Amino acid sequence: MLAFTIYLSFAGALVLALLPATKPALSRWFALAVAAAGLTLGVQGFIAGMGQGRTVIVDLPWVPSMGIHFLLAADGISRVLVLLTGLAAVAGILFSWNIELRTNEFFAFFLALIGGVYGVFLSFDLFLLFVFYEIAIVPKYFLIAIWGSTRREYAAMKLALYSFVGSAMVLIGLLAAYATSGTHSTGLIALAAAGHSGALPVSFQMWCFPLVFTGFAILAGMWPFHTWAPTGHVAAPTAASMLLAGVVMKLGAYGCLRVGIALFPRGLDPWGFSLLGIGSWRDVFAVLAVIGIVYGALVALAQSDFKFVIGYSSVSHMGFVLLGLMTLNQIGVTGAVLQMFSHGIIAGLLFAIVGRIVYDRTHTRQLAELETMHLAKRLPFAAWAFVVAGMASMGLPGFSGFVAELQVLVGAWIANPWWAAAAGVGIIVGVAYTWRALQKAFFADALPTPDQHPRTGWPAFAAITWPEVTGTALLAGVSVAVGLYPKILLDTIEPAVKALLAGGAQ
Amino acid sequence: MNYADLFRVTLPETALEVAALLVLVVDLGFLRKAALKLRVTVAALLGVTGCGAALWALQAQCVHGPSFDYTLGLLLATGGLTAVAQIGILVLTALTLLLLIDSVFTRHVGEFVAVVLMAATGGLIIAGARDLLVIFVGLELLSLGLYIMTAFAKTSGKSAEAALKYYLFGGMSAAFLLFGFSYIYGLTGSTNLPDIQDAIFNQGPSPLLYVAWILVVAGLGFKVAAVPFHLWAPDTYEGAPAPAAAFIASVSKVASFALLLTVGRLLTVYGLFRWTYNMSTSDLVAQLHRYDAVGVRLEGMLFAVAAASMIAGNLTALAQTSVRRLLAYSAIAHAGYIILGVSTGQHLTGMPGEMESLLSSWRYLIASQNAVLYYILTYGLTTIGAFGVVDVVQRATGSDKLDAFLGLHKRNPVLAAVLLVLFLSLAGIPPLVGFWAKFNLFAAVLGVSAGPVPFTLVALAVAFSAVSLYYYLQVLKRAYVMPAVDETPIQAHPVTMAVLVAIAAAVVVLGCFPALLQNWIQSFYPVL
Repeated sequence: MLAFTIYLSFAGALVLALLPATKPALSRWFALAVAAAGLTLGVQGFIAGMGQGRTVIVDLPWVPSMGIHFLLAADGISRVLVLLTGLAAVAGILFSWNIELRTNEFFAFFLALIGGVYGVFLSFDLFLLFVFYEIAIVPKYFLIAIWGSTRREYAAMKLALYSFVGSAMVLIGLLAAYATSGTHSTGLIALAAAGHSGALPVSFQMWCFPLVFTGFAILAGMWPFHTWAPTGHVAAPTAASMLLAGVVMKLGAYGCLRVGIALFPRGLDPWGFSLLGIGSWRDVFAVLAVIGIVYGALVALAQSDFKFVIGYSSVSHMGFVLLGLMTLNQIGVTGAVLQMFSHGIIAGLLFAIVGRIVYDRTHTRQLAELETMHLAKRLPFAAWAFVVAGMASMGLPGFSGFVAELQVLVGAWIANPWWAAAAGVGIIVGVAYTWRALQKAFFADALPTPDQHPRTGWPAFAAITWPEVTGTALLAGVSVAVGLYPKILLDTIEPAVKALLAGGAQ
Repeated sequence: MNYADLFRVTLPETALEVAALLVLVVDLGFLRKAALKLRVTVAALLGVTGCGAALWALQAQCVHGPSFDYTLGLLLATGGLTAVAQIGILVLTALTLLLLIDSVFTRHVGEFVAVVLMAATGGLIIAGARDLLVIFVGLELLSLGLYIMTAFAKTSGKSAEAALKYYLFGGMSAAFLLFGFSYIYGLTGSTNLPDIQDAIFNQGPSPLLYVAWILVVAGLGFKVAAVPFHLWAPDTYEGAPAPAAAFIASVSKVASFALLLTVGRLLTVYGLFRWTYNMSTSDLVAQLHRYDAVGVRLEGMLFAVAAASMIAGNLTALAQTSVRRLLAYSAIAHAGYIILGVSTGQHLTGMPGEMESLLSSWRYLIASQNAVLYYILTYGLTTIGAFGVVDVVQRATGSDKLDAFLGLHKRNPVLAAVLLVLFLSLAGIPPLVGFWAKFNLFAAVLGVSAGPVPFTLVALAVAFSAVSLYYYLQVLKRAYVMPAVDETPIQAHPVTMAVLVAIAAAVVVLGCFPALLQNWIQSFYPVL
């Protein structure tokens, strides 16, 4: 049934493209229905998959001459991420309820993107995964370029080119791996077995792994290839930022794990010499991840634009995912997967508050201007929602971020205590920038300048609408639920991670 | 050779020629006073019927199951590579003619359609030719048709300029080609490709042969618009009437690449090798090895041409403001990818005695040839559609500049959607067919020839595909993102729209089911 998440999304996109542009309400409800159906299927698949290993959903020969199969399957990691995609899709549509410009096209691109994302998470064939991965590029471009804000065309093109360059690197690596392995199978499981058994020579893995990993990590916002992320997030319309931070960056991280690490496990072996304490690709990427964590947090601390704060915080949080992957131990990688889920929810919520609830009413994202607006009094809902989301983002206990980042840190400590120590700095700075943004945007109560405070009172903001309340409740609720009872996800993630690290044998 | 055989083998060509004459007779004899619209429709439909008849004739040739390069008196081949390319040529010609309906650039429609059909005949001939003289005659038939078609918009200065440039460059390159052929004849004493192959096999490679080969590549490089023989392409693509430009960009490309495949492998094990059904596997392996030992390695030169085309084509396209010129430079870039596919697989890997590895490398050679065919067919299809869209926009706005596409999604949503599909396919975005074309080709290149040089070239090609996305998006950005200056709807003839939508649908369907076209191409080859 999970496969229908993909088919439904693409079919929905097609129908929306054909719907009349003059009926925005119809488009909205239709898109919401499709996304909700996807979420329902995701939940159902998640529940049905509890306690199960990898299950094959569809397996049809697709390009027989190359051994490519249309192979959809799900293991614990996939199920969790499909669930995340469903949540992000529904929330994204709820927070784009006020899109009036070319509504049907907006939701068509939106659902096409969602369909591609579902496809990546469910593909167990190397090239099928790649196809879905590339399908996701084009809708992103149009979502940002048409409905975006600040420097949208620049940001959209930058994002599209970064993604395409990343996927070009991936494609080169995958073609080389396919030609070298000589297995004539492109199933991820078969290729992972080849990578572990030595059918792919270690020397080959040594150069192919960094190529493929970097290609995917570009989309995961790995420093120093992260620069598309803040500009892209800021320029994107709210729903697109939610998807970008919520699921698209996860595509990159998922590719790093499912393809990079699983297929080229020996590529992480030590080089046999060390330079400045770095003796393997694992060290290289771990250090880049740590730099991303600290750098993203520090830059977020210095931003004057509210949305840029969230954009750089995404870079920082995705650093935790990459660091978790590079620990290569059970707890660290499990933490990384949980962090993907958690960050997807929290970043979605943060972008929704900043981009939709606040910006669409105040029409500014400058913290200096928000300071004078007394938002805590005028938009209490936004303020409290941001308090919740901010606490989750800081990694306070009781929220999903805490469990995830704790596991990553423990895993990192096992692998190399210095990594954990450095990443800890990032957490502290994370508290600082979240606190700063919260204080400045909502609770500053700075005295307004004389021309900005008419004695008659503040101009009224539009009331908070039901889609905003629903979306906020959904995302915040999930974050709290996972924070309070992480076992519900961990039980599904852990066996899958174990199998993946052991070489895919199950 | 007897005349019955000759008739049977040249039946498709004959059908096209008859259709060309029929078009002339009908148009000049019966419809002189009729309205232009009616004349265009009748002439185009007659031409399409001719293509259909030729297709039927090809079908009849292949009815005995897959035949591998059956040669008639060693002059013309049928089956295999030839059949695939010829069917491609006929289908693309028919599509060009359908897009011609509703054209107003000339009053001499009968002549135009006749020239198109004759040029297509030239294409059919070079796709099947196995003799230097036949190749040259076919090539000239094709080229002369193209020069005339380019000049057909008599009132347009650009058209005349383009035709003259094309003609001068073309004449020069034909001279190179003929000069190269004369060297080959001098060295081997024959104009017949199989005889030439045997002679080379007996003599071994000589320096003069390399000179001849360089001349031949220069001549053929012109036909496929590969750097550094590409200078005619942008002007011709820009100045020629749209149907002529579409024909040059698709049909002529398919025919020329089929010829390049034939000739390019003339001197290599691939061309030297003649497979027969009753050959035992050990004989086969022994023969492969004998030929491989003397096969001339010409990869280096083709690699250089391929790399130069990819780099120059893609980078120059970035700076274009005219969509037709953009398509011309993108065609140069695509020619680079295809030549990369042609150039690899010129020799076998594996040691004598390792039968399995030899056979698998032989299968890879076939796979790489199929990948090239897949690429040229799908590229031809996509590019015809692209020219169709550009033509509609150009007629409505009077310009083919990027800004003519502003707000196309409002002015004609269907046309904009077709443009979206075709350009994304050209950029190689899955699940469109352009992605699989590139994917097959690159996989085949890596499968055939491992080693740092082919790998670097594939990496270069993939990287430049990423570059190409930028300029394709420049057009799509104007169609979808930027605000429209003029929002009046753009109307297109229903037949034109139907053809364009059909092409876009084919690009999507063939992309979603890539095995369809692969299996179809494979069905023209014997299973080994």
